[in-house]
Amino acid sequence: MESKGLSVTFDTPDGPVHAVTDVDLTIEKGTTVGLVGESGCGKSTLGRAILRLLPENARISGTVRFDGIDLSTRSPKEMRDLRGRNIAMIFQDPMTRLNPLMRIRDHFIETIQAHDPGVTTDEAVSRALRVLADVRVPADRMNMYPHELSGGMRQRIMIALCLLFKPALLIADEPTTALDVILEAQILQLLQSIMHGYNMAVLLITHNLGLVAEFADRVAVMYAGRIAEEGATVPLFREPYHPYTQGLLRSVIDLDTTKLYSVPGAPPSLLGDSVGCPFYPRCEKRMAVCETVFPEIRPVGEDRRKVACHLY
Amino acid sequence: MAVGTARGRTTILGRFVGRPAGRLFAHFLKESGTAAGIIVWIGIGIVLAIIVMAIFAPFLAPFDPNTKVADPETAPGGRFVMGVDRSGQDVLSRIIWGARIPLAIIAVATTISLAIGLPIGLLSGFVGGRLDRILVLVMDSIYAFPGLLLAIVIAAIIGRGILNISVAIAIVYIPTYFRIIRNHVAAVKQEPYVEAAIALGMPRRRIILRYVLPNVAQSIPVIFSVNAADSVLTEAGLTFLGLGLPPGIPDWGFDISLNWQRFEASWWATFYPGLFILILTTALTFVGEGLNDILNPLLRKKDFKAKVEA
Repeated sequence: MESKGLSVTFDTPDGPVHAVTDVDLTIEKGTTVGLVGESGCGKSTLGRAILRLLPENARISGTVRFDGIDLSTRSPKEMRDLRGRNIAMIFQDPMTRLNPLMRIRDHFIETIQAHDPGVTTDEAVSRALRVLADVRVPADRMNMYPHELSGGMRQRIMIALCLLFKPALLIADEPTTALDVILEAQILQLLQSIMHGYNMAVLLITHNLGLVAEFADRVAVMYAGRIAEEGATVPLFREPYHPYTQGLLRSVIDLDTTKLYSVPGAPPSLLGDSVGCPFYPRCEKRMAVCETVFPEIRPVGEDRRKVACHLY
Repeated sequence: MAVGTARGRTTILGRFVGRPAGRLFAHFLKESGTAAGIIVWIGIGIVLAIIVMAIFAPFLAPFDPNTKVADPETAPGGRFVMGVDRSGQDVLSRIIWGARIPLAIIAVATTISLAIGLPIGLLSGFVGGRLDRILVLVMDSIYAFPGLLLAIVIAAIIGRGILNISVAIAIVYIPTYFRIIRNHVAAVKQEPYVEAAIALGMPRRRIILRYVLPNVAQSIPVIFSVNAADSVLTEAGLTFLGLGLPPGIPDWGFDISLNWQRFEASWWATFYPGLFILILTTALTFVGEGLNDILNPLLRKKDFKAKVEA
């Protein structure tokens, strides 16, 4: 998956909101890219823009290439067939992601038959059972309703629904935020083993830097709808270049922390056009140039690191 | 604000309706000791009794409803429990036979309004945009019209007959179904499970039928019973005004229009048909109101239990 100049603008009564601006992001086969940033920085919008799952007032520009095909040229029907089959998405809130009126088995049958109308119910059930075994859900859960299952179980079922067609890309939008720590670890280990088993690429959207450090091969840090810094996980965490990444990493709590650090200020409004670096008002290393000139993202250092900052 | 409450409610209600019919019935029975439960059962009992009465009219009615059986305006008593009207026909027999018309019209009219109001409500709420705005405008203009007046106009245009009255009444009630379904769909459409279904590549038609429709279906029984009650009154009103059925068919509304001018001389010929209209309407309203009362507290309780378990 490769996006070039991907932008999403929402038309609102107050004017256009630039939720995502000029994002170039590449996710290679079988790798995990972590997408991190504060709430409202455009992470989820970016994930949804790839699948074109945005409300009607959203305008998408730029290109998203998937397996060599430009997704922006695909018809709604082709796009629909691609969802769930080639690119799948799991969400933050597993408690509300399953239809409360449908048994688990019907979720599987519906999903399979939506893509392969010829599949019989029995075939669909046996396919569902194979995938359920992969996510370690007991077979008897098939006949239950969503409200009879725990949050962790429901998230496993959501993952299983996504795995039915062995998609090449899985977008995981804060998949564990709503779960407790133990479940979080279980679900992530599950995701990781599945990722290897199915040779999937994963876009892991999260604000949890710990998760990214552990699971992602590369990290993209988003700020105000743009990529501020992107690079291989380990070097980026060892030596963050962008002042925002530095602030973000300093905000992580560890046992030795006596005083909590937070990046001062609040993210800028994304309403209307802006000039200069979006991080300028909060930056500890700001310079005169930052206020008026927008820093283009460009390669810095090794490991294909890219940074959008005038310091480099 | 609406999003939060709507979200909680649909999932709660959804859980309930999602249960197999047997379990739904069991919950229903459990509630039958409460005030709302008793009201529903009284309503259902009365409606069933009137249906039985209509079906077995040939066996139950002591006289032929269209034959002169005694001197006009014979007072109630003896062989004529409810007296005799100005044409010499037995009032009780006409009431027993006359139950058929309101019931038939309820059945046909509510079926037509449901069959039209539900699909366009689903479509309008789900698709949104310009189609939605146009449909809402059209439906609101129908809705803004006084129901009986609209029915009179339609009945005057398309003429008499059971089917025609039913159509006239159905058109009046389409906007009720449309509005409630459409608004409910607009809320359910925002549910995370609908987005998840789209993300899994579900086609729109399946989403509407399998994800949205079942989650809005619980509104239907309540609208149904309230509309049924209202359509009995509208039918009686139309017949009273001479726009209903051709003469000769026993009907409560028709009997009132036939006899009301002689109210002082023979009050029974007007009073008893009116009483039965009142009974049927009240019974249907009991069903609707009681269902409404039962569904809500029961579901809130269930949701609380589910949260504790989770």
